[in-house]
Amino acid sequence: LCSSPSNRSRPLSCVAVCGGTHGNEMSGIYLAKHWLRDPMELQRSSFAVTPFLGNPRAIEKCVRYVGQDLNRTFTTEFLSSTEAEDEPYEVVLAREINQTYGPKGSAQAFDFMFDLHNTTASMGTCLIVDSEESLLPMHMCHYIQMHYTRSPCPIYLYKLPGEETYSINSVAKAGLALELGPQPQQVVRADLFSQMRDIIACALDFIELFNKGTVFPAFEIEAYKITGRMDYPCYPDGEISAMVHPKLQDKDFLPLNPRDPIFQTFSGEEILYEGNTTIYPAFINEAAYYEKKVAFVKMEKHMFSIPGLQRD
Amino acid sequence: MTSCYVVHEAPVRRVAIFGGTHGNELSGVFLVKHWQENGDEIQRTGLEVRPFITNPRAVKKCTRYIDCDLNRVFDPDNLGRQITEDIPYEVRRAQEINHVFGPKNSNDAYDLIFDLHNTTSNMGGTLILENSRNNFTIQMFNYIKNALAPECCPVFLIEHPNLKYATTRSIAKHPVGVEVGPQPQGVLRADILDKMRKIIKHGLDFVHIFNEGKEFPPCTIEIYKIMEKVDYPRNKNGEITAVIHPSLQDQDWQPLNNGDPIFLTVDGETINYEGDCTVYPTFVNEAAYYEKKQAFVKTVKVKLTAKGIRSSLS
Repeated sequence: LCSSPSNRSRPLSCVAVCGGTHGNEMSGIYLAKHWLRDPMELQRSSFAVTPFLGNPRAIEKCVRYVGQDLNRTFTTEFLSSTEAEDEPYEVVLAREINQTYGPKGSAQAFDFMFDLHNTTASMGTCLIVDSEESLLPMHMCHYIQMHYTRSPCPIYLYKLPGEETYSINSVAKAGLALELGPQPQQVVRADLFSQMRDIIACALDFIELFNKGTVFPAFEIEAYKITGRMDYPCYPDGEISAMVHPKLQDKDFLPLNPRDPIFQTFSGEEILYEGNTTIYPAFINEAAYYEKKVAFVKMEKHMFSIPGLQRD
Repeated sequence: MTSCYVVHEAPVRRVAIFGGTHGNELSGVFLVKHWQENGDEIQRTGLEVRPFITNPRAVKKCTRYIDCDLNRVFDPDNLGRQITEDIPYEVRRAQEINHVFGPKNSNDAYDLIFDLHNTTSNMGGTLILENSRNNFTIQMFNYIKNALAPECCPVFLIEHPNLKYATTRSIAKHPVGVEVGPQPQGVLRADILDKMRKIIKHGLDFVHIFNEGKEFPPCTIEIYKIMEKVDYPRNKNGEITAVIHPSLQDQDWQPLNNGDPIFLTVDGETINYEGDCTVYPTFVNEAAYYEKKQAFVKTVKVKLTAKGIRSSLS
């Protein structure tokens, strides 16, 4: 009556946690395998949590993917494609995952999906949400930032305006991806493993509180929103001709100003950032982005006002 | 006047620099490709220096290897193997490399081969020595260590009665491994590349000075000698049940004593090191060694002395 009205949302009953969407990002793979053997620590009283392995064949081979990037395959184009003999393994897999945890955009879809990733970039414990308009995930991020205090958890909003969602957790009604780094591909580091585990525990606690009727008031929150991608300089034959500048290396989420160095050629020349405004880079020198020629992702830092939230 | 402690060594005229022996270790791949286009910085008077990509197909795919590890097949069996349809790509490639830069153990072999590698382990810029009696190489390592000081440049001796590596560089009279980390596979870091580049610069400078007739007096260097490989704890299905303990992670070349933690299980249980003597672990948590069942390598610190050397034709 006197307080500003909160948005109301139905309680979550079905939650999935996916490790190994990329088969060489080991924190999530080791965690999901552990939870498949012993799911006890995932249990909460008000909802069910299903751990699963996203890309079993890629995990088996310890590669990112077999045919194509699974985490770019959850678009209408692929999900509605008809079976073909020569289609990539991940397209088949995406349809199966969509059957089990979706269908995407339907009432039967899982309420929430966590997706566990690692990066070779120094992104720390980064939380990835599609956009600031995703209310429940934004509240979850806020809760994690308040309660998981071992390391800062920057929020990365990954969806470009007008872009269709394509990630595995877009199959569920809402989702959150964790992106922990730096960790080399194929390597499991104990520190990142336990950080990821603790963040998931914290996020599950949030869902439990939400389901039980806790009112989460409105808040202001800082988040980084993607604006574009920066390609590597290349030779005419397509091979990269410069590397990430040592002054930019490991500086994810820190301001990058016009005329700051971003690349260094093999002859030692510097290439400067030509933009007009300060940006915030992330995924700096991510191994998997070389094939996409992406040196880093460009972001802007914004404050967002997130309305309150409570269970319906 | 030449002292009686000095041995005369043949001058080193033909040098190769190998990159891409493992196709996803990018410092060497990009340095070698750069030097193939613009090799001024690796040229020295009186020396032929040849930069060479050893596993081009693995480089193209940015993977360690296609069929098998190229850096383990330079043994007589594989080098003498009959070429058939189903022979692994790397064995065929090893024979080609041996033909161009070897033959191994022959007079025609290249004098010196630097083989450029990266590791995900925190090994810094490490020099790998294959033979504890190779005066020339030990002298070179001593020179490089001094040139890089105060920065640390550990020397890793892989001579062992049972562990035989059969490395790509082993076809040269003087094989030199350069292992720089930490760097993830498929990633190129400017700082790591720079470290590798400096090692090669000083190595070539040494060869040049040696060829010009400078005498190098006897020297003693501290090195880490391989003892044994240590596997991860595993369950009966062979799956890893514990990871490198946080207090061992990134601690390559640091002393490890009886009772120190080495692994941490998923349930949070610490597994400690049991051993009588202090060891110095290295290749701690190297990505490529999970499949080789190797969590780290134990080494011991020893001192190695090289005789004085002087080029025989100066």
